Amino acid sequence: MKNFNLRDFGAGIWERANRPQRVAIAISAIVLASLMPFAGGSFLATPIAAYDAVLVYPVAIFVLMSLGLNIVVGKSGMLDLGYVAFFAIGAYTMGFLGMHTSLNTWEIMPIGIGLAMLAGVLLGIPTLRLRGDYLAIVTLGFGEIIRIVALNVSWTNGPNGISGIPMPPDLGPIKFRLDDQKGFYWIVLVMILLTIWMIRRLSVRRPGRAWEAIRQDEDAAELMGVPTFKYKMWSFTLGAAVGGAAGVLYGSKNLFIAPEMFTLNVSILILACVVFGGIGNIWGVIVGGVVLGYLPDRIRFISDARLLVFGLVLIVVMNFRPDGLLPRKKREKAIVKKGADA
Amino acid sequence: MHLEVKDLHVHYGKIEAIKGVSIVVNEGEIVTLIGANGAGKTTMLKTISGLRPASSGQIIFNGQDITSVPAHKRVDLGLSQAPEGRGIFPGMTVLENLEMGKFHRHDRKSEMSEDLEKIYTLFPRLKERTSQAGGTLSGGEQQMLAIGRALMARPKVLLLDEPSMGLAPQMIANIFRIITEINKTGVTILLVEQNAQQALQRAHRAYILETGNVVKEAKASDLLNDPAVREAYLGTGAH
Repeated sequence: MKNFNLRDFGAGIWERANRPQRVAIAISAIVLASLMPFAGGSFLATPIAAYDAVLVYPVAIFVLMSLGLNIVVGKSGMLDLGYVAFFAIGAYTMGFLGMHTSLNTWEIMPIGIGLAMLAGVLLGIPTLRLRGDYLAIVTLGFGEIIRIVALNVSWTNGPNGISGIPMPPDLGPIKFRLDDQKGFYWIVLVMILLTIWMIRRLSVRRPGRAWEAIRQDEDAAELMGVPTFKYKMWSFTLGAAVGGAAGVLYGSKNLFIAPEMFTLNVSILILACVVFGGIGNIWGVIVGGVVLGYLPDRIRFISDARLLVFGLVLIVVMNFRPDGLLPRKKREKAIVKKGADA
Repeated sequence: MHLEVKDLHVHYGKIEAIKGVSIVVNEGEIVTLIGANGAGKTTMLKTISGLRPASSGQIIFNGQDITSVPAHKRVDLGLSQAPEGRGIFPGMTVLENLEMGKFHRHDRKSEMSEDLEKIYTLFPRLKERTSQAGGTLSGGEQQMLAIGRALMARPKVLLLDEPSMGLAPQMIANIFRIITEINKTGVTILLVEQNAQQALQRAHRAYILETGNVVKEAKASDLLNDPAVREAYLGTGAH
């Protein structure tokens, strides 16, 4: 147990592989992920809930949101407890524009992403100067504000929510049907892949280095000439963009949205996916999203005890793997010994 | 005059930590700011490097008023700080830490190997540990890394915050020897220290800070021989 480390094992294979091998690994992983909706007949099948629907929500959308939240929490180290706000903004953008204009889901998508980013900037300007616990409290408040506004203003239809939101129009051979949700799954998969691609590109470039420095020591980063506020803002708004995109798709898939779907619980659950899987490591975060999205539906047959078992799994795993299932590289966790020895 | 602080006031909430301090650092000097715990030494440095806002007063660097320039832009101007408590990036390797020191000069990649070579000549220990995580270094090595990283920015003025803190006597002597060496390459140094003995031996001039005020300014060698200073800061037992 001590000598085997799944993350290092995986990273080792990747590092030893040459370019064609890497392309082959990536393509097989993508193909395998794309074929998941056809595995409904196996042991993976979920009782009660439809398997293909579970794959879309919660599983794939949780993964997408976890990846978005991980940019904020894992990459640049800002604790955001109000991530659901951006999801809600995306969903309500879809709901409102879908009902009142002739725009379709794909046309609303950039608008929803834009509005979520705008909200990120507006929230970021006054709050990103705060650190740690203070930022957590303010973002938590923001998440609640968005929900309460949705509950009280007329254009969101208050507590009754918006129903009859249009489905996305078909994209060539990919069809969007309620009784067969493969199309939705593939679209979210594409969004996940785009997000992974974006994070990986940014991670090896200046923003990634700036985020890493900010996470480890914000003052020192500033002293090295890192415009910390600017990079924190980028991290925050990119996270918001992913949350907004997930929201638009969720609204269009669910056909109905109401404020009760956007409670603090969602923020906490997505944060749990990030921490459970391995904060800061995108592969860990994906595993976290998959497990915490899938598990509650897989064990739905035990009905009442379901959430108890879910909670126990969380506690047990976090006890044995406090850094998550697939933690980020170990050396990043080294602790500075202040004072003493020479 | 390289760096000049004029009538600086700094507050933490309602508490005034710096109460109208003026200091001057001339080109090529090592100036030290000594004082007891809580005298405001670190606050002075943080305000000069831009991490803390000044309530009033002016900071003038190379003839330019930088009082309202954000910290990350002061690095561009040539003002670089090795932060208190070393402040290195614990999860980055020695090399990555040093590379961060060049973050704002990313357009000048050609300088990188040249400057790394200089740092490694100054601190051979860092070269041995180039791929080791910063957090796993000893205290003295971390201090070397913090100073080396600040030098990567090619500063005109280097701000050092208690480089001797928590180090063994031999390592302290070593660090101070290197500080003098850096100064000889043309870098002006403002050094904040509690270890007055070492600081006064190495510096050209010194300011004594007490509860947010400068109570004395003199040539370092004069202060070393001043009975009142010896009593208060060097301990009567010092030779």
